[in-house]
Amino acid sequence: MLLKGKVFKFADNIDTDAIIPARYLNDSDPENLRKHCMEDADPSFASKVNKGDFIAAGVNFGCGSSREHAPIAIKASGVPLVIAKSFARIFYRNSFNIGLLILEADTDSIDSEDVLEVDTDKGEIKNITKNITVYAKPIPKFMAELVSAGGLMEHARKRVKKEGELKK
Amino acid sequence: MSNPLTITEKIILAHTDLESCSPGDIVSARVDIALGNDITAPIAIREFDTIGVCDVFDNEKIALVPDHFVPNKDIASAKQAKTLREFAKKYNIKYYFESGEVGIEHALLPEQGIVLPGDLVIGADSHTCTYGALGAFSTGVGSTDLAYAMAFGEAWLKIPYSIKVVFDGKPNKWVSGKDLILFLIGKIGVEGANYMALEFSGTTFKYLTMADRFSISNMAIEAGAKSGIFEPDEITEEYVSKRAKRDYTIYKSDPDAQYLKTLKYDTVKINPQVAFPHLPENSVDVKEASAKNIKIDQSVIGSCTNGRIEDLRIAASILKGKKIAKYTRLIVIPATPEIYLMAEKEGLIDIFMNAGGVVSTPTCGPCLGGYMGILADGEKAISSTNRNFKGRMGDITSEVYLANPAVCAASAITGKISSPDEVA
Repeated sequence: MLLKGKVFKFADNIDTDAIIPARYLNDSDPENLRKHCMEDADPSFASKVNKGDFIAAGVNFGCGSSREHAPIAIKASGVPLVIAKSFARIFYRNSFNIGLLILEADTDSIDSEDVLEVDTDKGEIKNITKNITVYAKPIPKFMAELVSAGGLMEHARKRVKKEGELKK
Repeated sequence: MSNPLTITEKIILAHTDLESCSPGDIVSARVDIALGNDITAPIAIREFDTIGVCDVFDNEKIALVPDHFVPNKDIASAKQAKTLREFAKKYNIKYYFESGEVGIEHALLPEQGIVLPGDLVIGADSHTCTYGALGAFSTGVGSTDLAYAMAFGEAWLKIPYSIKVVFDGKPNKWVSGKDLILFLIGKIGVEGANYMALEFSGTTFKYLTMADRFSISNMAIEAGAKSGIFEPDEITEEYVSKRAKRDYTIYKSDPDAQYLKTLKYDTVKINPQVAFPHLPENSVDVKEASAKNIKIDQSVIGSCTNGRIEDLRIAASILKGKKIAKYTRLIVIPATPEIYLMAEKEGLIDIFMNAGGVVSTPTCGPCLGGYMGILADGEKAISSTNRNFKGRMGDITSEVYLANPAVCAASAITGKISSPDEVA
């Protein structure tokens, strides 16, 4: 898939409380979560972000709580892709499960407002603004299959259908 | 002969149809317990309803624990709790807890003998790693994973590499499991064990209780770890044997099992720790913290990390006959109803209240900035909880310092971050 968008850059160790603070977790509606996405890291993010924009960050993005509200809020903001030097384990897993694309790459050369062109299949990240290309770590085969299956729930629905047919 | 395995590899392998496994392999594993709470389960239930199964995989292997925002803090959280209740009713979920039965999930499940050694547990809560203290493999996942597990009884897992962490020697006075884990996170950092299993061992643990082990396993996630496990021993057996209502299996690592690395620490050199804002890795010796004269507005003693009876006893031993500092709040939260009743019988509740503190019903409440003790702008709290991220307990400009219950109790008395030695 080819994606083109503008970057919102964040620091190291962006925790899930910064992505979606717990004070908003009395509701899991994606639209309500979107309104507070990244609020404790950048209070203006929700009002500035446009569909197709990217989030880039340093190490350990999404650390802390297991709340799936975090990738849901990002996805609901119209952000199709997060690029970080590394991701915390549960956030990584949740993103694949719900179909939010994430890539691990060196983000040092990427700044806010940079425009990137990303070939997600090749893991190629072209920084159009700076004319620099970086490459993401390959996505493990299982995870890539999960994404192409449409996420874990789509996989689950297919499984029910398949097992139902086997029983017939 | 199969290759030598760690306890983590053995437990995961035993929950698959495979004959061997290696770190890095992705497997589908059968779960013994799938756990959700009032924040994560509503999403899981919404997703579960789209899968198309007519029942849960096993109504005796799902635990739904409304603990984060209960008793309901507002209308929206009441709706979330209601979602759990209705799902539990519809599918006759055995381990659903309500009102005077409900406690903080990671204290409640081991206490009630629901999670046992050798189990494979996934929970839609990052602190699900707590059950490693029992010699179980348990890890935090998201709501979608919980939905999948509730439908099929399975979860996909990457077999983690293991890091062995050895603490040897007798702990100093006031040093608890909390201090050892804060010390370790200070050494390896909040990403130091990302994707990996921490396996704890060493002579130190003969001097400590199960409560200490729970605190340690609980905070494995704060180093990024997938799990934090102990091999069961006589201390585990003593805890588990009176609670278990079903068979369980004790696994131990093979002597020549492979570890990514081994870290060894001399416990005698470790003093109580205080983790400064805004990361759990910012841990320093309590004496160093005390010297900085940090005034606090609130002290919280509770949570899945440190809300057990042992924690309340040590806090009460410091607070007995004393008053907390003026303009300082002390909030004590027993983690389960059983702990609450024990504290009541032992006179601990009297001690907390006579000191000027308040005692809440079991809830995660202030730990995640939910309710029951939210901080205003610029306020500082010392807390026996597990995270001190920016804005974690309230306003974005407030600060959380993490410590053990003894340090939290001592600090409540002086009104500033203090070592228990300063008031005892």
